[in-house]
Amino acid sequence: MSRYYVDKFLYEVDRDPALLAEYKSDPAALVGRWEHNEGRLLGISHTVETTSWLSFTDEERQTLIDHDYVGLFEMGVNCFLTLTIFIALYDDDFTRRSGPLSFQREYARKLAHWTGRSYPSEAL
Amino acid sequence: MAHLSAVLATTHHPFYLRATTAPPAERIPQADEWQRKVEAYRETLTAARPDILVMVGSDHFHQFFYDNYPAFLIGKQPVYDATFHNEEREFGLPRYVLQGHEELSGYLLQGLLDKDFDFSISHELKLDHSVVCPIITTRPEADLPVVPIYTNIFAAPMPSPRRFFQLGLALRDLIQQYPSDQRIAAVGTGHLSLELGGPRQFAETGPDPEFDRRAIDWLAGGNIDEILKNVTPEAMIAAGNATGGFLDFILMLGLAGAEPADYVDELDLFHTREMYMTWYPEGDPR
Repeated sequence: MSRYYVDKFLYEVDRDPALLAEYKSDPAALVGRWEHNEGRLLGISHTVETTSWLSFTDEERQTLIDHDYVGLFEMGVNCFLTLTIFIALYDDDFTRRSGPLSFQREYARKLAHWTGRSYPSEAL
Repeated sequence: MAHLSAVLATTHHPFYLRATTAPPAERIPQADEWQRKVEAYRETLTAARPDILVMVGSDHFHQFFYDNYPAFLIGKQPVYDATFHNEEREFGLPRYVLQGHEELSGYLLQGLLDKDFDFSISHELKLDHSVVCPIITTRPEADLPVVPIYTNIFAAPMPSPRRFFQLGLALRDLIQQYPSDQRIAAVGTGHLSLELGGPRQFAETGPDPEFDRRAIDWLAGGNIDEILKNVTPEAMIAAGNATGGFLDFILMLGLAGAEPADYVDELDLFHTREMYMTWYPEGDPR
């Protein structure tokens, strides 16, 4: 597993409006390209240096492509990074359809089976 | 020697500005009470007549990430930009350009190193809502120089609660020894029980109102012993997956010398509890 790399994807895509728009419109293309290109730039600011060894497992890749935030939670991906990017992707659409906080409440309901249990650890 | 004229510890709800400036048709029912409480709280800082603000906050994965996340960091810059793109996007927060105080930053950094706190330093730090929110609530003029101190409350494992308290005590001592006659206020923000990206988020109450009740009472009473006994990393996560922000309140209690607070207020804002606390180390000026 590379939860670090999944966390990095969420962090870097959230902060870049073009990547975020692509994650909404064509997640398979974005995830596929980012894993081998942008993601491999060293750290979060480098433009030339690369890290050679980072990649997604098949499960991580598919979970990201599917916008499956429950799957991300269950893998121990950082919850704050996950919530922030999925609010960016879905909050406006849901608010228009069903009112403020409707997305956040559906998100909570989809995770309800974890209430009262120890959540998967986010520690890397 | 400098005057530690006030220590403030408050929650940093990012929607205060939007909620209290919304047009009447969109104004939430709690907005008026929220605004009254914040404006009353603001007066506790105004009364301290600060010249400089030491701001304790935490980067919410804006500037920093897991590739290199600092445990404790101080900014040493003439100027700080504030507010990141996703905070404008999600919260509608405005941008700021705040003056720094390089002399105090440098003095605190050296003093902390001398007290065996291995601090990181940034000379190009951008500030996020952990600092912007208390500027909006307690000093909206944004007219005072700031010294930002960032702590890791997001990238587990964090330093211990005991370490946060020790850091607060160290900062208190250093500020009081600063060779200047300036009035320095320390303003720090953090979280009570909070869940973000989990099943208890955005519910009818915060994820753990019982934790909030006990935590507020302990902080208000200066009861560091009960806090260190009860508020472990495991207890914080059990109260809500983002409750780690309570560590910054433990730091502020150290800055306050673990004394009882001079001003305590709170607000049950459905899915969170807001807290507003002030200590006056040199006596209540009001």
